[in-house]
Amino acid sequence: MNPVVGVLALQGAFAAHAECVASLGVSVQEVRTPEQLEHVDALVMPGGESSTMSQLLLSSGLFGAIAQRIESGMPTFGTCAGMILLASEVLDGRSDQRSFGAIDISVRRNAFGRQIDSFESSIHTPFGDFHGVFIRAPRIERTGPAVEVIGRLGDEPVLVRQGNVLAASFHPELAGDARLHEYFVTTMTTARKV
Amino acid sequence: MTSTNGTSVGTQRVKRGLAEMLKGGVIMDVVNAEQAKIAEDAGACAVMALERVPADIRRDGGVARMSDPEMIEGIKAAVTIPVMAKVRIGHFVEAQILEALGVDFIDESEVLTPADETHHIDKFGFTVPFVCGATNLGEALRRVSEGACMIRSKGEAGTGNIVEAVRHLRNIFGDIRKITQADNAELFQWAKTLQAPLGLVQEIAETGKFPVPIFCAGGIATPADAALAMQLGGEAVFVGSGIFKSDDPAPRAKAIVEATTHFRDANVLARVSRGLGAPMTGIAMDEINGTQRFAERGW
Repeated sequence: MNPVVGVLALQGAFAAHAECVASLGVSVQEVRTPEQLEHVDALVMPGGESSTMSQLLLSSGLFGAIAQRIESGMPTFGTCAGMILLASEVLDGRSDQRSFGAIDISVRRNAFGRQIDSFESSIHTPFGDFHGVFIRAPRIERTGPAVEVIGRLGDEPVLVRQGNVLAASFHPELAGDARLHEYFVTTMTTARKV
Repeated sequence: MTSTNGTSVGTQRVKRGLAEMLKGGVIMDVVNAEQAKIAEDAGACAVMALERVPADIRRDGGVARMSDPEMIEGIKAAVTIPVMAKVRIGHFVEAQILEALGVDFIDESEVLTPADETHHIDKFGFTVPFVCGATNLGEALRRVSEGACMIRSKGEAGTGNIVEAVRHLRNIFGDIRKITQADNAELFQWAKTLQAPLGLVQEIAETGKFPVPIFCAGGIATPADAALAMQLGGEAVFVGSGIFKSDDPAPRAKAIVEATTHFRDANVLARVSRGLGAPMTGIAMDEINGTQRFAERGW
């Protein structure tokens, strides 16, 4: 059976992600409630403002529901703010900001600077170079032993994976390149369901 | 703007990218650091730093200008979310100053007194992205052709009355729907009628959507107003006077954030609309004479 990929649609670049996933011919479901989460096999957490999303995750009841699904192995892909939400440690966040602790990395919010410092650059990975779009991007300052670094900007990790969790500090959904979504859907989502 | 190691800043993709990140969110007008904190606590995805909210600009009259840099810096220091600020239409030096201050988005805004009655700012010349207001599709496309990376409805700021924003969103999205049905010959006529670049009209016909995100601004005072703007096609909302001119700003701000996310869920809208106290009083359009209509500024 083909997987249904959910895109967390509380706030942020969910429309661009949904377009990317749909371009692969995969079913997409926007997720704003725990009921919608039940219908998806995998989840993309988009960029946006992690402080806003963190509050909406709590008020919608999605925080607990997603935590439980991640715990039970749901493939999850977080970009930018989505990566912050998945990280085990968030630096320079708001004191009340919650994260899922699903991947053992320390992430510093907005560490690449403000919008005037936002940039595009090439990222190196084992399956080729990617065009990285970094918007007020977070920095991965530490990766735990279980974390595999897949992509780097210079020497710095920007694309990481631990088990079923994939995280990027950049925005593949803005680069007109669905290869990472394809990797997420085919390698991580479909493989698990065999 | 490309450096030797292949890294580029200030590209259209990076500038439009921040607009993508703000979708589904609420951008709140704030006049000091304390309000900025309230906005962030309520879940705002960005704040607009300005000296007076539009309702007060409307009441005070006189010339409204860019805010004091000290005040903008105070707000930048108080929050972690993006900070926007307004410049007068055509006042590119105010924009240069805001860029030097490191604001994240500039609103070339009709709420301030226009500085140039013929020219808008050449927004391609800046690293920082711009948002501009529009009342119809032609105006929106002219702003994109000058480099705007986000369009918002003008609405009628500072009135707490949603009627003009609804008119502008219906104008813009209605014409987009018609263009997607037009044949090639009709597109030339559309470009002429709209007084907009043909290439952008053709892009809408081809992609079925506007080239940059379209947000709603001007007159949002309640969670229901925010959800209305979203159901009409707005991709996020700006709330100006509607929050801090109401009786109890913090819960209203939070309710508008939830309403913007769950804009199609009437049960959520009913729940968050309860017990918010009085919204801002508001002004009916026939109480405003022509010269005080902000939406008529810019072209």
